[in-house]
Amino acid sequence: MKIFKQRILLLLFLMLFWVLLTSLDRQELIAGGVIVILLTLVFFRRAAVFSDFQITLKSLIYSIAYIFVFLAALVRSNLDIAFRVLNPKLPINPGIVKVKTSLNSKTGRLILANSITLTPGTLTVETKGDYYYIHWIDVSTQDVEQASHEIVSKFEKYLEVMFG
Amino acid sequence: MADILYNTSAVIALIAIVLAGYRSLKGPNVADRVVALDVMTIISISLIVYVAALAQRIIYLDVAMVYALISFIGVIAIARYLERGL
Amino acid sequence: MAVFGGIVTLIGSVFLLLGALGIVRMPDVYNRMQAGTKATTLGTLLFLTGIAIGQIECMCIFRILILILFIIFTNPISSHALARAAHHIGIPLTDKSVTDALADDESEKEGAV
Repeated sequence: MKIFKQRILLLLFLMLFWVLLTSLDRQELIAGGVIVILLTLVFFRRAAVFSDFQITLKSLIYSIAYIFVFLAALVRSNLDIAFRVLNPKLPINPGIVKVKTSLNSKTGRLILANSITLTPGTLTVETKGDYYYIHWIDVSTQDVEQASHEIVSKFEKYLEVMFG
Repeated sequence: MADILYNTSAVIALIAIVLAGYRSLKGPNVADRVVALDVMTIISISLIVYVAALAQRIIYLDVAMVYALISFIGVIAIARYLERGL
Repeated sequence: MAVFGGIVTLIGSVFLLLGALGIVRMPDVYNRMQAGTKATTLGTLLFLTGIAIGQIECMCIFRILILILFIIFTNPISSHALARAAHHIGIPLTDKSVTDALADDESEKEGAV
């Protein structure tokens, strides 16, 4: 039953992209899209992008909140980079630190790594097991726990609810 | 008024491409060059969309989309190659 | 409306320029990647949004939306792959760097074997 639900979710997601790419005013395009997506789902049984997504009301609300948190972090990181680049002294203090994540799902980890790359002054370099190695443009602590608290926890709070 | 703003932004994006191209020519090692090339392709995507709006051709947006796809796959392929050879 | 779109596009192009400037000014490849990825992501987002606002009467808004989503999702992935490859082939961090936990862990593992 769970797998069936995930398939439906993936079908709706692919259909949304197809409709955005073409348009809604041609019936044959929509019929062709439905057929192609069904064939894709039949032949690629393991193509489950959202296999970890929890389908509850709370996770939907958290997803929408997460988009805003992410956009705010993106804008802040850009202002941060702008000040650093425009400053003639180039105030950087870089280094690679190690942080730990408590997420279990693969999709959640992918989104977490992407979000870390787009937040102020951090860039994911390598992932090994539960640990991320992060290039930090302004290292303030080398301790694993404290670095995890500063970099990861603000996103983890949301992603834990969304992906479990 | 709006035209002036759009054209100015296109010129600024072109200057950005020239700056990134300087790094891609000068870059001390291969990773620097690839990063500069990545930035250049992303700015080019913006400029292709600008040209699409200028010429009022929706089909040019598909060009931008395919260009984004190819640049992404190209960078991933180069990274794989650097890591363990083809 | 078109003027508002033009202003958004102008801000986006300024971020693109800052990204390119960061690429030229930063001392090593990882810092360059930071500047390049972040500034170009937001810059492209604003640039394309501005053009979509200016051209609101045509059907191309959805395509621009897909393009923006694609860039937001793939830009960090490609920079992550490049940073990993650069560290793997041993491109050094700049002299200003404080710590390199990844290199420490890797040398530790080799010592254990």
